Amino acid sequence: MLKVEEQQPVEFSSALIAKCDEISNRYPEGKQKSALLPILHEVQAELGWLSSNAMDKVAAYLKIEPIEVYEVASFYSMYFLQPKGKYVLEVCRTGPCCLVGAEKLMEHMEKSLGVKEGEVTADGLFSWRGVECLAACGYGPVLQIGPEYTFYENLDNQKVDTLIEELRKK
Amino acid sequence: MARKLLLEHINVPGINTLDVYRQKGGYRAVEKALKTLTPDEVVEEVKKSGLRGRGGAGFPTGMKWSFLAKPEGVARYLVCNADESEPGTFKDRYLMTHIPHALIEGMIVSSYALGAKTSYIYVRGEMMPQIRILERAIAEAKAAGFLGKNILGSGYDLELYVQPGGGAYICGEETALLESLEGKRGNPRIKPPFPAIAGLYGCPTVVNNVESIAAVVPIINDGGDEYMKIGIGRSTGTKLISASGNLVRPGVYEIELGLPVEEFIYSDEYCGGIANGKRLKATVAGGSSVPVLPANLTLKLANGEPRLMSYESLSEGGFATGTMLGSGGFIAFDEDQCIVRNTWNFSRFYHHESCGQCSPCREGTGWMEKVLHRLEHGHGKMSDIDLLVDVSKKIEGNTICPLGDAAAWPVASAIRHFRDEFEWHVKEPVKSLQGNYGIADYAVPIAKAEVKQEN
Repeated sequence: MLKVEEQQPVEFSSALIAKCDEISNRYPEGKQKSALLPILHEVQAELGWLSSNAMDKVAAYLKIEPIEVYEVASFYSMYFLQPKGKYVLEVCRTGPCCLVGAEKLMEHMEKSLGVKEGEVTADGLFSWRGVECLAACGYGPVLQIGPEYTFYENLDNQKVDTLIEELRKK
Repeated sequence: MARKLLLEHINVPGINTLDVYRQKGGYRAVEKALKTLTPDEVVEEVKKSGLRGRGGAGFPTGMKWSFLAKPEGVARYLVCNADESEPGTFKDRYLMTHIPHALIEGMIVSSYALGAKTSYIYVRGEMMPQIRILERAIAEAKAAGFLGKNILGSGYDLELYVQPGGGAYICGEETALLESLEGKRGNPRIKPPFPAIAGLYGCPTVVNNVESIAAVVPIINDGGDEYMKIGIGRSTGTKLISASGNLVRPGVYEIELGLPVEEFIYSDEYCGGIANGKRLKATVAGGSSVPVLPANLTLKLANGEPRLMSYESLSEGGFATGTMLGSGGFIAFDEDQCIVRNTWNFSRFYHHESCGQCSPCREGTGWMEKVLHRLEHGHGKMSDIDLLVDVSKKIEGNTICPLGDAAAWPVASAIRHFRDEFEWHVKEPVKSLQGNYGIADYAVPIAKAEVKQEN
């Protein structure tokens, strides 16, 4: 759901704008709206989440209406329309992963991080959430961490705790 | 040892690089097609091979290609569907991770056959590592002259791009994928017109799965007739099967179509049997959207003959006693697994992933999820079971795209084959609340030794 709140103005770095230009060139003349999903990924990777100011800027860049950006950003599960932790640990919670212990792993993460699904830890570092099938069913339980969507397979409680510790030290 | 066409060199170090891939015979198909075959001849070879779409529907690929409209002065597109997110299916991710050039080579040959000058590989957004791998491989192929202007001096030009999705299972449906590639919500389109007439940007477009496109390479190298000799009946060639669940060795396997299911589950060459010495209770043979089968019907047909891994054998008996090969996502459930809980899990998945465009799917998937949730959590009524059957029937066939069917079939088939277990949940609410795992009597005990003897 879109949350309207007071937001800081956003600036896109020159590297981000160059990347947007490169992406827009992949499509035939006049079909630049195709660049919307990839550009939203790039913007989110730079800013951490998609505020309405950021989305308005994307709309202006692609010369489309802001609503065209909002409706896309709110449809797909990978775009964050609210601030989140620096690291979002996304655990696959679909059938095959649950057969090998994904639900227990999520219970453990809730305890380890001390926050419920979707909440952010007090230090702003972590959020976690269950996501649907990550196409790694033979190596479950699995989790991924954006913006590069680094993948961790065959997890157990201890491995997750070690991972959290390593991220904390970064 | 079974013949391998796609994964033959999977363990060769550096096979993800252009140099090693070429040392192992890579890009021969591009040279052969562009230098010695006309586009129509490439289409003809694919038709002869009998290759069927590996994304799930199993429609003959060559025939799909021959439907492509070719009006003068209008662009044509090839779009690769790499939005793999069917629970139980992870073969495309595996192929792209380890042998990205197999897909790129297939894209070049297929684009040439279809007369596409620009092609896109639509990869699910979560597969960012695979997107980077493909981008690197495309750059290598371009530097070597396999992409870009005047490829290998043939006069054929092709640009190939990777497009990330945004995290939506529905974008695996070809028209939703095209909407998404146009920068919109992934709402499926009403067909007709089919993409072959009006696809990407309203232009004629072919959408093929990763594995189908990769399979074009050995078809061109060895000829369609050779490919057709592998497999069984109308299920020609090899197929990647992703095996998951309670198996000794889950993973991605390339099989020759026609392999007995029993051999796939229990032999050491493949899954090595059920993990922890348990018995097999049920399977999903082709990804979560296909009907679930109890163990006995997984291994044997209704007439007692062995069931085979093929399009025809798996669907033998229709949905009463059969299922579908689908995408080849094979999930095994051991005797301790609760069918109600798994059905609820799959239902939640379809509810979450419904695009919301058609009322039966938008409302029905949520309804099924809720009812299954209360059955699993000890608050169900006997009448809920028939209610679920009723809701599933009202979704099936009443939506624009097959997601509605995909949501209905697991529920309907679970109740068809495991009704006792659903009733048990109503009769024993306390036990089900305590996390008891339903009824194990469905399980079929088969020792590995017995299978070996039969072989």
